[in-house]
Amino acid sequence: MAQTAERVVGTEVRRKEDPELITGQARYSDDLAAPGMLWMKLVLSPFAHARITSVDVSPALQVPGVVAAFGGRDLAGEWAGPLPTAWPVTDDLKNPPMYPLATDEVRFQGEGVAVVLAESRAAAEDGAEAVVAEYDPLPVVLDMEEALKDGADLVHADLGTNASYTWTLTNGDVDAVFATAPVVVKERYVVQRQIPAAMEPRALLAEYAPAMGEYTLTTSTQIPHIVRVVLAAFVLGIPESKLRVRAPNVGGGFGSKIRVSPEESLALVLARRTGRPVKWTGDRSSDVLTTHHARDQIQEIELAADEDGRIRGYRTRLIANMGAYLLLVGPGVPLLGAFLFCGPYGGEAYHFECTGVFTNTTPTDAYRGAGRPEATYAIERAIDALARRVGRDPVEIRRMNFLPESDGPIPSPGGLTVDSGHYNGTLDKALELVGYEELRAEQRARRERGDAKQIGIGFSTYIEMCGLAPSRVLGSLKYAAGGWDAARIRVLPTGKVTAFVGVSPHGQGHATTFSQILSDDLGIPVDDIEVVHGDTALAPLGMDTYGSRSLSVGGVAVHRAADRIVEKARKIAAHELEVSEDDLEYVRGRFSVKGAPDRARTIPEVAFSAWTAHNLPEGVEPELDASAVYDPENFVYPYGAHICAVEVDTETGQVDVLRYAAVDDVGTIINPQIVDGQVAGGVIQGIAEALFEEAVYDENGDLLTSSLTNYEVPAASDVPSIRIDKTVTPSTTNELGVKGVGETGTIASPPAVINAVVDALSHLGVTEMARPATPERVWRAIQQAKGGAA
Amino acid sequence: MIPAPFEYVRAESVDHAVALLGEHGEDAKLVAGGHSLLPLMRLRLARPSVLVDVDRLDDLAYVREAGDQIEIGATTRMAEVAASEVLATHNPLVAHAAGHVGDPQVRHRGTFGGSVAHGDPASDPPTVLLALDAQMVVRGPAGERTVAARDFFKGLFETDLGPQDVLTAVRVPKLSTGTGWSYQKFHRRAIDWAIVGVAAVVERSNGSVARAAIGLTNMGLMPMRAEGVEAALAGAAAEPGALAAAAGHAPEGTSPPSDTNGSAEYRRELSKVLVRRALEEALAR
Amino acid sequence: MHVSVTVNGTRREADVEPRTLLVYFLRETLGLTGTNVGCDTSTCGACTVHVDGQSVKSCTMLAAQADGREVTTIEGMASDGELHPLQRAFHEHHGLQCGYCTPGMIMASDSLIREAGHPLAEEEVRIGLEGNLCRCTGYQNIVKAVVAASQEMHGAPASA
Repeated sequence: MAQTAERVVGTEVRRKEDPELITGQARYSDDLAAPGMLWMKLVLSPFAHARITSVDVSPALQVPGVVAAFGGRDLAGEWAGPLPTAWPVTDDLKNPPMYPLATDEVRFQGEGVAVVLAESRAAAEDGAEAVVAEYDPLPVVLDMEEALKDGADLVHADLGTNASYTWTLTNGDVDAVFATAPVVVKERYVVQRQIPAAMEPRALLAEYAPAMGEYTLTTSTQIPHIVRVVLAAFVLGIPESKLRVRAPNVGGGFGSKIRVSPEESLALVLARRTGRPVKWTGDRSSDVLTTHHARDQIQEIELAADEDGRIRGYRTRLIANMGAYLLLVGPGVPLLGAFLFCGPYGGEAYHFECTGVFTNTTPTDAYRGAGRPEATYAIERAIDALARRVGRDPVEIRRMNFLPESDGPIPSPGGLTVDSGHYNGTLDKALELVGYEELRAEQRARRERGDAKQIGIGFSTYIEMCGLAPSRVLGSLKYAAGGWDAARIRVLPTGKVTAFVGVSPHGQGHATTFSQILSDDLGIPVDDIEVVHGDTALAPLGMDTYGSRSLSVGGVAVHRAADRIVEKARKIAAHELEVSEDDLEYVRGRFSVKGAPDRARTIPEVAFSAWTAHNLPEGVEPELDASAVYDPENFVYPYGAHICAVEVDTETGQVDVLRYAAVDDVGTIINPQIVDGQVAGGVIQGIAEALFEEAVYDENGDLLTSSLTNYEVPAASDVPSIRIDKTVTPSTTNELGVKGVGETGTIASPPAVINAVVDALSHLGVTEMARPATPERVWRAIQQAKGGAA
Repeated sequence: MIPAPFEYVRAESVDHAVALLGEHGEDAKLVAGGHSLLPLMRLRLARPSVLVDVDRLDDLAYVREAGDQIEIGATTRMAEVAASEVLATHNPLVAHAAGHVGDPQVRHRGTFGGSVAHGDPASDPPTVLLALDAQMVVRGPAGERTVAARDFFKGLFETDLGPQDVLTAVRVPKLSTGTGWSYQKFHRRAIDWAIVGVAAVVERSNGSVARAAIGLTNMGLMPMRAEGVEAALAGAAAEPGALAAAAGHAPEGTSPPSDTNGSAEYRRELSKVLVRRALEEALAR
Repeated sequence: MHVSVTVNGTRREADVEPRTLLVYFLRETLGLTGTNVGCDTSTCGACTVHVDGQSVKSCTMLAAQADGREVTTIEGMASDGELHPLQRAFHEHHGLQCGYCTPGMIMASDSLIREAGHPLAEEEVRIGLEGNLCRCTGYQNIVKAVVAASQEMHGAPASA
C-alpha cells in the first residue's frame, strides 16, 4: 500500500467519473429497464388557462399495447396532499395546491390532465394521443404588471389576487439617505424567462414490491434525499422508510432537477396500482413545458449617491414571476438574491422588496445562480448608469465603491457578513487578462473611422453568497429544512476507503474532489477511494446538491469525518506503538513516534488492526469509520471581476463576443481543472442568457420557444473561448478555506455582456439594452437612438 | 417522440417509386434522408400512412457536368454537394449554400433533392436555385418533365410536384469567369435556419453590372427573387452608392414572417443590408 | 419488419415496427444505451452515431434505413481495451462534466477529424460541432480535447 507522498489538493487530478462516461457505459435514468415494466406518458393541456369539461380515457384503452389510463379525477384519492413548496417565505403567502394531475382547471400550457400506461414507448404515445380531453378556455394572465392591477383576470379565482407574497428587507434609514443624496439613479430592467434545458431531460423508473410495501424510485434528480421525505410524507402518505430514492448518473441539472414532480408521484402510485414497474422519460417537447422555467423578473433599482459617485443607499423593488403555482423552492429564489443588490459595494442604507406573482405560465424555480444572477444584473447595470450620470469611468466607479478589502469577515449594506475579499485584486488581473488598453484603443479607432462594426467593453465586479446554508439562517427565512450536510468515511480492512456523502452530483466531479481531500487527510491514493452518493439506502441523510454547496458544506463534512478517522486511528496506533497519543506525529496517513520516526503505523495498518480487533485499546470499538455532520455558521462569498468585449454589427444588430476575461476568487482550490471547467461552463451559460436564450409565450399563453430549434441554446460555433484566471483568498467560514464555483460564471457574466453592448453603442446615444440582446433588439435600440421609427 | 404508425416500402428505382406512390395514393410520402420529414413525423405534425423510401437510389447520387450545366442527382447528400469538385470549379455558390444547411450530421444524411422538394422558404438551396434559374427534372406517371425553378416553388411547403412525382435531379448553369456570387445567411446560431438569406449571382462588365439575379430566403411563403433590386442593377455602376441604392429595393414585394427570431419589419431591413453585402462580395469574387 | 444491421462489428438482427428510430433500435432493442437522446428535433446531437463511417443523428433515421449498413456507437470506439484518442483527450482535457452529450460529441468529432484529413484548428472544431449541444462545459474543454485528438490522429506534434 503506497502512501501518497505529495499533496493532491490543488492539483489537476483527472476525473474518476470519466471512464464510464466516455465509453457509453454510464447509466442514466432512461437507460434503466425492469422486467415487465410499463411506459408512462402524460397528456398535457394545450391551453394556458381553461376549465376541464371532460377527460375521456376510454379511446386510449382501445389502442394496442395500452394497459391503463387515468384522468386527474380517477387518481384524486391517491394523494395525501398537493406537491408542496418547501419555502413559504411569508406567513400570509398564497400557496394554491398543485396536484400531479389537474382535475378541474388547467393553469399553464403543459399541466398534466391524464396519464397512460402501455407496453412500449410508442404505444404509450399512441395512447396519450387518443385521450380526449375537452376544455373551456378561460382568460389568460401573462403580464406580471397587469396581473397585479385591481380587476385583473385571475390565475386562481379563489385567491382573489394574483399576488402570492411580498417580502421585504430594510437596513438603515433608507428614506433619509434617498431624501438627502444629491444623486439618485433609477433604472428598470427585465430579466427574461429562461428554460434551464439540461441536456438530459428528466426521466425515472418507479418500482414497487407489494409483499414488502417498498417503493424504489430511480430518478434524474439533484435532490434524492429531499424527494424521499417530501414524496413520502406529503404527497404519497407512506412511511419514509419504505421509499428508496436513487439518483443514478444525472445528465445535468442547473437547478431544473430540484423538483418533486408530478411524474415521480404518478409513477410510484401507478407502479403500486398495476403491480408493474413504471418508466417515464420526458421528451424535450414536454420537458420545455413541464420542467420549471426560471428568472423572469421585473426589477426597479435605485442608487443614492454623492456627486462624485460614492453610493450611499440602495432601493430595489422586484416583481418575480412564479408561474401558475409555487414549486419546491420557487418563492424563495428571489430571496437568494435579496441581499446582493448592493454587489461588492459599500453604503449605509438598503431596502429590498419582492412581490411574487402568479401567471398562466410554467411555474418557475431555481436555475444556476437562483436569485443571484438577477441581483448581480441589476446592480452591475445600475452602477454603469451611475457612472454615466456622474461622468466616471466604469472601472473608477467600481473601485471607489468596493467594500473594504479584508481577509476576515466584514458587514455589507445588504446585511451579510462577507467572509473575505480583495476586490481590486481580481479587477486588476482581469484588466490585464482582457488586454484593456488595447481594446480601448481599438474602440477609439473604430469610432473615428465610423466602422459598421463597433466594439464595446463591459464590466461585472460581482460578489455572491453560496454554500447553502446555515440552518438557523434558513429557519429565519422560513425555509422548511436545514442546510447542513453529512459524510461517513469507512476505511476498509485493506486500507481502501469508501466515503458515503449526502450531496448528490450531476456533473460536478464530487468523487474526484472529495477523493483529493481524503487522500491528503488519510494518505490514501485517490484511486483507492470510492465515493458513494445519490442513494437514500446507502448515503447518510443529506441535503443534496444546489447553491454551490457540495464542497463548502459536503466537502467540509468529508474533511471533518476524516479528522475523526485520524483521531480514532491515533488511539489505536499509540496503543500498538506503546506510546501516548501526544508522542505521535501525524503526516498524511502516517503516525510516527516523535524522535523515532521509523516506529510508525499507517492508516491502512491501523484499519486492519481495527478490523481484526485482536488488540484494541480499552474503550475503542472495532472498525475504522467515522461520521460528521456539518452545519455552516455562515455562507461563503465568491467574488471576482469579469470583463467582456463585444463586436456589434450596427447594420444588423449582430453581437459577437470578441474577448472575455473571468478572474474569480473562489477561495482555496481543490482541483484547478474542475474549477476552470465550472467557470467556463457558467460563463458561457451566462453569455447565452445575455445574447441568446428567452422563453417566449404568445398572447394565448402558448410557449413559442417549444423546442431546441428556437429556444436558442448556443453551440460551440456560437460562443467564444474565454480567458480564465484566479486569485485565492481563503474563506473564513470553513477550515478548508473553500468558497463555491458552481454558479459564479452564470451570476457574473450577463451584465458584463450587456454593459459591453451598451458601451459599443454609447457614442450613438444608446443607454439601454433589453436582454437577451438579440440582433433585432440591438438593431431597434440603434434605430431608437437615431430617432428612427423603430 | 415516435412517429405514428406507418407502412414502409423501399423503392428499387424511380419508376418503382412512382408506381408505389400511385398505388398508395395521397397518404403516401417519399422519404430519403428524412431530415425534413422525420422531425415532423416525430412531433406527429405529419402522419403519412405509407413511407416510400428512395434513400438507397444511389443512381440518383451524383454531381456531374452536362454540357453547359451541372446536374445534381436528387439523392446526393448535402455533404457531397458541399464537397463537390465539379461544383467548386463551375458553380461554387451551390456548394457553398449546401455546406451551410443544418450541421455536419444533417448534411451526411439530408439529400439535396429532399431539401428542394420540401419547398421550405427558410431553406437555403431553393433560394440559390431560384437565383440560378435552375431546372428541376421530375419523373411522374406521364414520364419525365423539366420545370424551371421559377415555376417549381409555388407556396409554403408547396411545389410543382404532384402526389406521384419524384424529383430526380436539378440542373444549374456553369458560372462564367465574369460572374461573381455570394450567399449571405443571417442567423443567430450556426445550426439555425436563416432569419434572412440572400443569394446573389452577378455578371460584371467593364466596371458595371451586366446582370444580377438575387434570391431571398425566408422573406415570404416561398423563395423569392428580388426583382426590384435586379432591375435597379441592370447596367448600374459597380460602386458602393449604386449597390446600396439598388439593395434598398430588396423588401419590395416580400411578405416576411414574424417569429421569435425576428419580426417582419426587421427582416425587411435586414434584407437590404444583406443584399448590399451579397452584391459587394459577389463583385469582389 | 426485419432489419439486419452490423453494429460495432457484429451483425444484429431484429423484427421492429417500421416507425422504430435507429436510436431506439440501438438503445432498446440492442441495449446499447451509450447513445443518448436530448431532443425531438435533430438539434442537440446527443444521439450521434456513425452509419457507414459518417456521423448521423440516429434520432432522425429509421432503423429500416440502417438495414444492411454498418453502425458504430460510442460502445464501439475503444478497441481491445484501448481507448480511442478522442476518449482519452476528453478525459485528459476535462471535456465533459455530466457526460450526457459526450458520446455524441465524440462520435461527431471522430467523423469531423477523419473527414478533414488534417489536424484541426479551434475554429474548425467549433464550426464542425455546430450540431452538438452541451450545457455544462461551455465547450471550452471540448474544443481543446478535439484539437488535441485531431493532432494525435493525424500525427501532428502535440504542441502544434
